[in-house]
Amino acid sequence: MTNFGYHPAVFLPLAPLLALTLTLMAYLAGVELQRRLKTPVANPVLFAVVVIGIALRLTHTSFAAYFAGAQFLHFLLGPATVALAIPLVQSIEVIRRSLVPLLAALIAGSLTSALTGYGLARALGASQPIALSMLPKSLTTPIAIGVAESIGGVPSLCAVLAIAAGILVAVSIDAVARSLRVTDWQAIGLAAGTAGSGIGASRVIPQHPLAAAFAGVALGANGLLTALLAPLLAKLLKHW
Amino acid sequence: MALLQSVATLLLFQLFGELLHTLLHLPLPGPVLGMGLLTVWLLRSKQELNPALARTAEGLLSILGLLFVPAGVGIVANLALIRTAWLPLTVSLVISTLLTLVVTAAVLQGLLKRQQRVRA
Repeated sequence: MTNFGYHPAVFLPLAPLLALTLTLMAYLAGVELQRRLKTPVANPVLFAVVVIGIALRLTHTSFAAYFAGAQFLHFLLGPATVALAIPLVQSIEVIRRSLVPLLAALIAGSLTSALTGYGLARALGASQPIALSMLPKSLTTPIAIGVAESIGGVPSLCAVLAIAAGILVAVSIDAVARSLRVTDWQAIGLAAGTAGSGIGASRVIPQHPLAAAFAGVALGANGLLTALLAPLLAKLLKHW
Repeated sequence: MALLQSVATLLLFQLFGELLHTLLHLPLPGPVLGMGLLTVWLLRSKQELNPALARTAEGLLSILGLLFVPAGVGIVANLALIRTAWLPLTVSLVISTLLTLVVTAAVLQGLLKRQQRVRA
């Protein structure tokens, strides 16, 4: 059997290349759509996820096959998260000045997310493991999964909820800020990072350097705070 | 070379973060610890922030949304997971997330305004 032209050591095989190209093009189309419609609801992350999700369904392609190519983008999430240190350092004077209000707002937001997430799911009839998966949903996915695991939630469900919460924040943060008359970029950044971690942050980072700095602080600090508090909260909530 | 040095810096701090996570069993993942370590490193360094590192970070962060797409597609693949309890999950996710946004933003903006009044 002859194998024409294809040499695995030299080129990215066709299927992963297709996945990678499709991801970039779907995202770019989403960016263009948002530019034309001028609404945050046309979010490029949401648009790309829906388009690719439908494409995989229609072509009977497994997520694993898609991820074989898309993982090269996924891998960059690591260095991109580390890169959040730079806007943080550039705004360090503002962060120092706002430190006490920042911590108070962070604790308030963090508790709101954990308690209302668990409480509402429970009140609406969800089982305890499912409601516990709701508790860390506003954290960045790897922390959320770890917390869900440690308190008796369902890690894979929690990952789905964490990403959905991020997308929800990305599409709603502008409208929420407008309707509450929140104009302070520190507040908008901290809220986006606390409620929607990385995907929430990705919406506000290009808008203002202070929003980028506060979203980065929120992502890290909320992760740490909830990771420490969650076992205690879960113990207190166990009987309800 | 400046781009490569910047990328190497980011990867190196991610690696330090991963090591810290693995060795000390810290609850934070490697990249988040790496962000903390790089912050401390840059704040303690006497030199100005390297403009090439700032540019690389800005470039990477400007496409942060794109980097979440593969994981987001994983949601669609795992959508069956929420099928059993989709109504309580969807309703509580939306309300809880919006409340979190409102509380965090309102508390910070309110306290910052108070701080300004006190200092003025």
